[in-house]
Parts: sequence; C-alpha cells; structure tokens
Amino acid sequence: MKHVRSIEELGVDGIVRILKVAEHMAEVNRRPVPKVPALVGKTVVSLFFEDSTRTRISFETAARRLSADTMTFSVSTSSVNKGESLRDTVETVSAMGVAAFVVRHKSSGVPWQMANWTDASIVNAGDGWHQHPTQALLDCHSIIGAFGIEPTPSCLRGLTITIVGDVRHSRVARSDIEAFTALGATVRLVGPRTLMPPDATPWGVEITDDFDATLRDSDVVYMLRMQRERMNEALVPHLGEYSTRFGLDAVRAARMKDGAVVMHPGPMNRGVEMMIDPSELPRSLVTNQVASGVSVRMAVLFDVLGGQEVAS
Amino acid sequence: MSLLIRGGRIIDSTSTDDEGRTADVLVDGDRIVQVLDAGSEVRADDVLDATGCVVSPGFVDLHVHLREPGREESETIETGSRAAARGGFTAVVAMPNTEPPHDSRVVVDFVRDQGRRAGLCEVVPSGCITVGRAGQTLAPFAELREAGVRFFTDDGNGVQDAQLMRRALEYAGQLGLTLAQHCEVASLTHGAVMHEGACCSRLGLPGWPSLAEELMVHRDIELCRLTGSPVHFLHLSTERSVDMVRVAKAEGLPVTAEAAPHHFTLTDEALSGFDPTFKVNPPLRTPADIAALKRGLADGTIDAIATDHAPHAPHLKELPLDQAPPGMLGLETALALALTELAMPLRDVVAALSWKPAAIAHLADRHGRPIAAGEPANLTVFDPSATWTIDRGQLASRSRNTPYHGRTVRGRVRHTVFGGRAVVVDGAATK
Repeated sequence: MKHVRSIEELGVDGIVRILKVAEHMAEVNRRPVPKVPALVGKTVVSLFFEDSTRTRISFETAARRLSADTMTFSVSTSSVNKGESLRDTVETVSAMGVAAFVVRHKSSGVPWQMANWTDASIVNAGDGWHQHPTQALLDCHSIIGAFGIEPTPSCLRGLTITIVGDVRHSRVARSDIEAFTALGATVRLVGPRTLMPPDATPWGVEITDDFDATLRDSDVVYMLRMQRERMNEALVPHLGEYSTRFGLDAVRAARMKDGAVVMHPGPMNRGVEMMIDPSELPRSLVTNQVASGVSVRMAVLFDVLGGQEVAS
Repeated sequence: MSLLIRGGRIIDSTSTDDEGRTADVLVDGDRIVQVLDAGSEVRADDVLDATGCVVSPGFVDLHVHLREPGREESETIETGSRAAARGGFTAVVAMPNTEPPHDSRVVVDFVRDQGRRAGLCEVVPSGCITVGRAGQTLAPFAELREAGVRFFTDDGNGVQDAQLMRRALEYAGQLGLTLAQHCEVASLTHGAVMHEGACCSRLGLPGWPSLAEELMVHRDIELCRLTGSPVHFLHLSTERSVDMVRVAKAEGLPVTAEAAPHHFTLTDEALSGFDPTFKVNPPLRTPADIAALKRGLADGTIDAIATDHAPHAPHLKELPLDQAPPGMLGLETALALALTELAMPLRDVVAALSWKPAAIAHLADRHGRPIAAGEPANLTVFDPSATWTIDRGQLASRSRNTPYHGRTVRGRVRHTVFGGRAVVVDGAATK
C-alpha cells in the first residue's frame, strides 16, 4: 500500500495484512535488541502540525526499530510560523529525499492534499475529526490479543464493542467504527445526540444514550476522551452531567459482562469520562494499547515502504 | 462601424419554439439596425459567421465576484469581464464583498468605471444592504441609487437580524430597489465546511445544514409578504427552499430566485477527496436537491441561472479544506453546463440566462431585449451542439478554481457582441 490514510482506503485485506505483520513486529519488540534492518536507508519524517508527543514518539520508535532514519518537523520551530504554506513545507522536505511522511494536522483531509505535492508515502497520524487509522489498527491488535483471536477478515465477529462519548469530534471513533465493523464486530455508539455525527446511518451502527443498558452485553467498552473545550459549544449542559450519564465509574464497571475489557485512546480525562482508575478495572487494555501502538506502526511503515523481509 | 451576424437561428423572448428563425442580424454602432432573411445581400464592415449557431440576447449574470478592489491577485474587473464575455455574458452584477465593499458611491462608481475601461461587458455594481456588510446599520440606499445601483445584497453574509431586514425592505422597497438575500442563518453554520449529512459525518467535517438556508428563505418570504417589497433569493441550494419559493410565487409574492450551475451538477460527495476546489457556500448538496433545482428551473420557480463566479488564487485553494475560502469559477462554463445537464427547452435555458435575470437586475432596458431593429446590440452567438473539454489552463479568469477541469460538455459560446462590438470572436476575446 502506498499510503495509510484511512481505514476505508486500507480495506479489510489491508487491515488483516497489517495485523499479521504486527504480530511479527511484536515478536521483534520482545527481543533483547528490538531492532531489525528492514528500512535501512529510508527516511521517515514526522510532520506534526498539532502537538502529540505520544503518537509522535510511538511512530519514531517504530521507525527506528526498523532502522529507518527519522526526522521531526514540528510546527513550533518551523518556517510554518513564518507563513510558509503547507504545500511549500511538503515540497521542501520532500526534496531532501523522504520515503514517508507521518502527518498529523488539525484539519480533516490534509493527508490527501499532501499527496498532490510529494511522491513519498503518507501515513496519517490523525487529521481533524476524520481519521486516525493507526489508532484503530492498534485497537484491533489489542482486542485480538486480549481475546486470543487470530487476525482474519472476520476476526471480531461475535464481539459487541460499545464506543462511548464524543463521536462527533473524534477521528479515533471514525477509524474504530470502520475497522471494527469491517472485521465483523457489532458496534454500538453511546452518547447524547449532540456528540454524535449528524447522520451516522451509512455505518449501520446502533446509537443510544443509555450507557447502563449497554454494559451487560458489551465485550469491549471503549471510552472516548471528552474535551473540556466542548463545554463552550453548548453540546452538553456541564461536565458533571456528562460524567453522571456517560462516565465509567466503579458502579458501572461492576455491571460489565465477565471478561469484558475497557479501552481508552488517551490521554484520559480523569474525573470526566474516567471516574475510576484503570488499574481498578477488572480488565483494562489501556497500557496494551500503547504497547500495541509501536508494533502496529512498525507494521504500517513496513507496509508502505515495502522493506525487505523482517529478519527472523 | 457595421457588423453582420450571418446565418444563425434567432432565439429571444418573442420566440415560441426552439427552432428560431434563421436570419442575418445587421448591427451598426451600438444598435441592431436590421434583421434580414438569411443570405440577404447586405454590406458590412465585419461579418461573424453564425451557421449552426443560436443568436440570442446577451446573457446576464446576477452573481459574480470580480474581487476588485481588494483581491486583485484572484481576479480583476478586466479579467473577470473577459471571462464573462467568453461565457456569453454582456452584463454581470458585481457582488459587493470587495475591500472596501460597495457601501458608498465612490466604490460603486469605481467598479462601474473599471468595467467601462475593460469594455468587455457591462459591469453592474450591486450595493450592500448594510454598511460594511456587517449586518448592523443600513447602507445609504438613496445615495447608491443615485449612483445607478438597483440591486442590493450583503452576499457572503445573510442579513441575520430580522428587524434590520424588515427595515431594509421597507426603506429600499419604497425607492424601487430589489434586495437579494444570501440565505444562511449563521448560528447554524459556524465553522461549516460542507453540506451536513452522511458525507460530512464520514469525512469528519463540520456540516452546513440545509435548514440554515431554509429558515432564512422562509423568514424573507414572510418579510416580503409583510412589506410588499421584492426579494431575490441568491444561489438556492436545497429542495425545501425551492418548494417554499414555488408556493410564495403561487401566492403572488414578488419573489425571484437563482440557482448556480454547480448546485445542479455536483453533490457533496465531490469533497470525498478533500479538494478545496469543491468547497463553496452554500455547499454542494445531494442528488435530491439537484433534482429539485432542476424541477425549479424547468417550471420557472427559479428564474435565473447565476454563476456565483468566485475566483480564488491557487495558494488560497491549497489551504487545508477548513481554512480555504469557499467559491468556484463559473462564468466560462455556465452555458455548457446548463445545456448539458438541464433537460429544458433551449428557449427556457436562454431565458434563465438572459432576459429573466436582466429583469431582476433592472437591466431590461438594455439587456435581454428582443432581437429586432432599433434594439441595443448586446448579443450572444453560441453553438448548442459543440462539445468541448473544460481545461482550467484555457480560462480567461485570473484564477483556476473550476470544479469542472477535464469534464466534457456540450454547448459553446462562439461570439459575443457587446454594445455593437464583437468582444469575443470564435471563442477568443478580442481585447
């Protein structure tokens, strides 16, 4: 695959392919020296127009473990602050000989616009409210790991995954919904209508505002981050009411199905959507998600840069 | 200086069918002096061949952004006039959202004079409804009327305050002026990038709900009823808007409406590739809205095809989608899109491009006139069956933001005669 920009472009075959390679990468990561020469001589540039230390470090770790050279272009120190356009930035950095851009931007669609201006591969590390495909892939990786499932085109069939919170403004939710349903899961969205997309019918997923009613048959409860900035937009009355209706607390955690897992893309808003410490949950995948991130991003970079076989 | 347009089919407001009478049109000075049987022996300084073509009154575009003064990197009155002439337009109504805007006599005089200097079509300045298009205080209607302005709008902004709009209609209506509304309730479209629906939900872009247009259409129909003053609806884009205007017209209210070619040819799915070329305000909508606009044009609910020609320099359309300015080129492709996409009699298409908008813009004394001896020689000669492929590199506009690059269409302007002079000959501007 030339680019990894959205789950839709990746398709179910692409998802499965990457999840399989991620298993190999996880094995590499368990070695005493977690490094292979797959991408020697290739340069991967992180182009982060929006701060995200966690995602950037995860990608850069992944690139280095595959022996790629990495460069970081962060806006605060760049000529973008001197008025350089997106196009000029991409063309300039491209001219240095770049194999792949890892890009994050607050505007939906930037990875598609960039593809007009460079021959390099583009990996989307989050565009606006639109997509965050590597997050969805690492979420799938965490789930199949937790449930002991092999990655196949229908590997999540039989699982009910409940995504709770601000779906409207969430690129994580958009990518997850598409990835989970592509792999056969039953996906449910929980939240007030103000935090749902205007028309979610094409996803074919159930939408409800009754969090409690979803708990007993959810295999995965996926908590989204509730941004405090949303309070200015009259989307919910106040954070307290949001927490009461849609926060995960000890009472709700106790009502979850046996063996069900809790996930969160981070960073958590404690006291808002997470009213309980993840360590007190019966099964939390929050730290597994972070670990999966490196393996999955190694698989993604390997996929787009067509490196040599991973040394076994 | 005489000019003979030879061998075309004449279609004008007196035509009763699409065949038209084949005739030669002799122009002298700025007037038509004679309409002769085809092939008549007559001498003229210049001859334009119109074989296989329609000769119609010049087109009138109620809605163009010429960007001058203030945004000359995107368009000037000269380049926009050239694009207009190539599109068959002999008059264009210049929208007031320039810098400074059309809220004083000095600006509208400047715009009109620049149009005269370019000499490619009549540039008709619109006036602002409110000072600075800020929606706070009424623009000086009488002063602008003195400067020849008859058509007023805050285009780009809707007048949000119902009381202010009521006052504007009361005051301007008494002066015999027409107010044109950009229908958008701003509180519903904050940050909006595209049509609100399934597509924006999937693409993670803030939506511009149809309701934001429809609420203001409804309000202004009722204000029209209350005041009796005429209201023109700019760039209608939704099914319910068309339905409301249809009912209002049936009730005899003095409302008129226009639709832009992009709204009856493209849907919100065009934004799936995140190309800001397809960002426009109001946004591209759904197949059901396209069908409704076509019905509205066919039954006359929508009076005019107006382009909302909105040039933007390339660097502006390379911004991220949410930051890029809305708008697309329209002047040079409007006729072709209408002929290609609308299943309407030719006479009705020409009506929507010529005499109906001429009447709305208070230009009926000199544009959209019948083709007859003594009438002003503002004429368009077009080949309704010529097919061609739109190429953004070949446009006369200073900008390149056409959403139709590479599209093959039918119908092409061959000659444009403005004020008795051939300003476009065989598709090329003569100046």
